[in-house]
Amino acid sequence: MTQKTKPTKLSVKNFNLFYGNFQALQEVSIDIPTHRITAIIGPSGCGKSTFLRSFNRMNDLIPNVKTKGQILIDSHNLYDLDIVALRKRVGMVFQRPNPFPKSIFDNVAFGPRAHGVRDKLKLQEIVEHSLRGAALWEEVKDILDKSGLALSGGQQQRLCIARALAVEPEVILMDEPASALDPVATLRIEELMQTLKEHYTIVIVTHNMQQAARASDYTAFFNMAENRAGYLVEHGSTNQLFVNPKEKLTEDYITGRFG
Amino acid sequence: MQLEITTENLAYQKTVQKIAFGGLWLCGVLVLMMLAWVVGYVLIQGGQVIDLKFLTTKPAGGVSGEGGMSTTIVTTIYLVTLTISLATPLGVGAAIYLTEYAAEAQKENRLLAILLQISRAGVETLAGVPSIIFGLFGFALFVSFMKFKFSLLSAGLSGACLILPVIIRTSEEALLTVPRAYREGSLALGATKWQTIWQVVLPAAMPGVVTGIILSVGRIIAETAVFWVTLGGSYRLPKDVFSSGRTMSLHVYSLATETRAFDKAMGTAFVLIITIVILNLSITYLSRHLAARSMGKN
Repeated sequence: MTQKTKPTKLSVKNFNLFYGNFQALQEVSIDIPTHRITAIIGPSGCGKSTFLRSFNRMNDLIPNVKTKGQILIDSHNLYDLDIVALRKRVGMVFQRPNPFPKSIFDNVAFGPRAHGVRDKLKLQEIVEHSLRGAALWEEVKDILDKSGLALSGGQQQRLCIARALAVEPEVILMDEPASALDPVATLRIEELMQTLKEHYTIVIVTHNMQQAARASDYTAFFNMAENRAGYLVEHGSTNQLFVNPKEKLTEDYITGRFG
Repeated sequence: MQLEITTENLAYQKTVQKIAFGGLWLCGVLVLMMLAWVVGYVLIQGGQVIDLKFLTTKPAGGVSGEGGMSTTIVTTIYLVTLTISLATPLGVGAAIYLTEYAAEAQKENRLLAILLQISRAGVETLAGVPSIIFGLFGFALFVSFMKFKFSLLSAGLSGACLILPVIIRTSEEALLTVPRAYREGSLALGATKWQTIWQVVLPAAMPGVVTGIILSVGRIIAETAVFWVTLGGSYRLPKDVFSSGRTMSLHVYSLATETRAFDKAMGTAFVLIITIVILNLSITYLSRHLAARSMGKN
């Protein structure tokens, strides 16, 4: 499988992250290509989620977090951007579906409204477009005023994807988006990712190696160092990493010898 | 050693259980009977006085205690409205500050952390302070010092002080139960912290906040001591917030202690009890209804 090299969307350079005195990420450097799916795999506690949450500065919510090094989005430093503007550009889908206790419509319209869209017709248009984008429209078009919490787990997760799409992000971060879902719903999310990557850059953290192998174009393998800090072992095209890993450690992990 | 089940022991165990259950049953029945006695006595005694005329005529005043209770119903509604509209924004606002802002800020600022602990302890203590203390405070500050006299305003301000701890505590608890995932979901969409609080966290905490408000309404309706020293006791209808007045509870107290019309006191108590019962039922209904709506069950 050959892939044309895509321009870099997110560029991470010698990135370190500390929770107080504890170092959670150590000297991570990686380029994330535009309009591709990059999977992050690795054993529990290796800092995968922390790394993902660095891209939209979700870690800022935790006190005493310090970072060193750079993350660039389209060659602008993340920490120079206004946090609201950054999060509009970099959306996120969480591990457990977390629709708000509001109607389906209001869930999707939440982001656009927060960013100042008041016009009703425009909102309707955005909601329909986003729900179609998340492959949920046909299932919910007649029950838009029902609570988002009334949907099934898989539908809730697609609602959360639609909610993220509604603010027209450039990047979508997914933190183990299918780990709380059944196999059928998981498959639907993976199919959806394939259509989404035409317009969005996707970074997904997953526990599930089959999922990374099936659904991603690039894979990055993280591990925990002696001092328990997470570091990047290797990364490359998914095909190469799974078939022909450069590092012994990667081979051990993907063949299930540890982790 | 083989553990044998003997018939004697089995019978003994069963007897003990019967005695214990009998004792518990007796406790339950006694409590219910006492409650039924109090409520039943008031309802039967009061029910004899209650008719449309009693509800719609003004009290006549004087030692005879003649007349109805119409103005006291209206005054109660005025006072409840005033007190709640003073205390709710303040209390809910304080609760939001304590849960959403201070919790974070105190991790970086030691002094703030200590101040917050003191103020939390203060809120806890205030909730347990006898209400007459609030009355004395209200009398000293609002009635005398600020010269609001015996008035709806003095009473409303004192009443607000009385129920603030209740509103702050219930709102705080309600805000704390809102899942972190809602906050993160909203922030991740690029909403500001304020938008997150106003549009996601507060609506999700609404059932708890509303419960706190209704509890406070009950507290104001039932309160006598605070209003005895801040509202005065005029049985006339208040013209504005600077007028004195008389709530239903005060009316019961006045009739029972200053007049011969004990039956009319019972009649007023009847209305009071019914109001409180309706309030409590509405709490149950509202919190179920709100919770069901947010869970998408209707």
